Amino acid sequence: MSFISGVGLTPYGRHDGCSSLDLMSKAAELAISDAGLKRREIDGVLCGYSTVSPHIMLATVFAEHFGIQPAYAHAVQVGGATGLAMTMLAHHLVEAGVVRHVLVVAGENRLTGQSRDASILALAQVGHPHYEVPLGPTIPAYYGLVASRYMHDYRVSEEDLAEFAVLMRLHASSHPGAQFRESISVADVMASKPVALPLKLLDCCPVSDGGAAFVISREPTSQMRVRVLGCAQAHTHQHVTAAPALNKLGAEIAIARAKQQAGLDIAGVRYAAVYDSFTITLAMLLEELGLAGRGEAASRVRSGYFNRDGAMPLNTHGGLLSYGHCGVGGAMAHLVETHVQMTGRAGNRQVRDASIALLHGDGGVLSSHVSMFLERVR
Amino acid sequence: MSDRLMPDWTLGAQAIVYQYCAACGGVQYFRRSFCSLCGAPDPVERCASGEGSVYATSLVCRAATAETRAHVPYNIVLVDTAEGFRMMAHGDNDLRVGDKVRARYTQFAGRLIPYFGRVDESGA
Repeated sequence: MSFISGVGLTPYGRHDGCSSLDLMSKAAELAISDAGLKRREIDGVLCGYSTVSPHIMLATVFAEHFGIQPAYAHAVQVGGATGLAMTMLAHHLVEAGVVRHVLVVAGENRLTGQSRDASILALAQVGHPHYEVPLGPTIPAYYGLVASRYMHDYRVSEEDLAEFAVLMRLHASSHPGAQFRESISVADVMASKPVALPLKLLDCCPVSDGGAAFVISREPTSQMRVRVLGCAQAHTHQHVTAAPALNKLGAEIAIARAKQQAGLDIAGVRYAAVYDSFTITLAMLLEELGLAGRGEAASRVRSGYFNRDGAMPLNTHGGLLSYGHCGVGGAMAHLVETHVQMTGRAGNRQVRDASIALLHGDGGVLSSHVSMFLERVR
Repeated sequence: MSDRLMPDWTLGAQAIVYQYCAACGGVQYFRRSFCSLCGAPDPVERCASGEGSVYATSLVCRAATAETRAHVPYNIVLVDTAEGFRMMAHGDNDLRVGDKVRARYTQFAGRLIPYFGRVDESGA
């Protein structure tokens, strides 16, 4: 067994003067203290990457900076799926008895550490260097392609996609750490600047500074007993040109494997934390995961199904779309919020029942998928 | 393989080249020295007709470099080719999913790239 024994999250947005290591350290400190542990008790470190400060050995750079000498440490790179992939690895490491407490950490000064152009350019390099990148695509364009096909196949409209941006903003409005908290409407999303049509500015997550961390332990370290029930991955392609189909993704494969491992059905899930780099990402993944029928996720948003007091509260911190996106840490905030909800510490955002949670992350252009079920153990 | 490379747009020539596997009959677009479907060595290079249909589109209005910004808006398209592989290119700004298209070539940010225009119903 493995438990998420502690979590840490900085506000997302501007952290002027903070390096990636500073943001990682802040989040790590919060997570270790949340777990009730001392630094020296951390014997494993898994970290993500930093596009602002790339390094071939970021985990040891971090460990030295933070002042620990772990028995196991390395970085992991699976794009936006990195946070959940690290959690899955940490789960297996503690189950196998390799280490007792793994610190999973990421942080990046992506907003203030580089220009927006540099950020967009760095990310566009996930495209094929010979067959895609020379054509000038951007990350929003890769997802714009996905959106155009999905909208065509399942009769989803731009207004439908806008609902997801509005919902994430609504949720962010009650989290003091969120980058964007002013309420927006479907009309605001529709009127926002075109980025890569059909995606407009408010369909896209922002670029943020921030850090997130958790500790995965073999035994619970406190009364907060949140256990990993099952997790699985699927990797179907890297480049959007080589994707098997843009209306059927690896998410379906990953969730099927995770359900089998956890012995769970979607009906058992009480809280959902789903990757939302763009509105289309969230819409598609909800439908792939079985949290809505094909083409029906937007109507579920309109009916309040995914609201804090709805049947399936979703990304109650505001997701990447409104809490913010600082790279690997971006989607780790989903797990931090899930943990806070599961342990009844979400204050004015607290949902009625988050006893079983489903988390899903995606990396690349819907290339890499990680699904995970967490359970609150009483 | 390198001495047998057929020049294509990625090498500055006005052509779209793909690979055909004699062992399994599969086709692939990204060049490799083997077939990614069955692993057989030495797939044969072929020149594509340039005919296809639009699989997906995204009109880029916000570009990330000075060279590409000069071209906005430009339409990134995925085209399902008549030969059975999918490729990324540029295309007419008003292309829609399912449109029949034919390739020509254009300059973009200092390079030659494939550009798909709609083929109208009369076959023009």
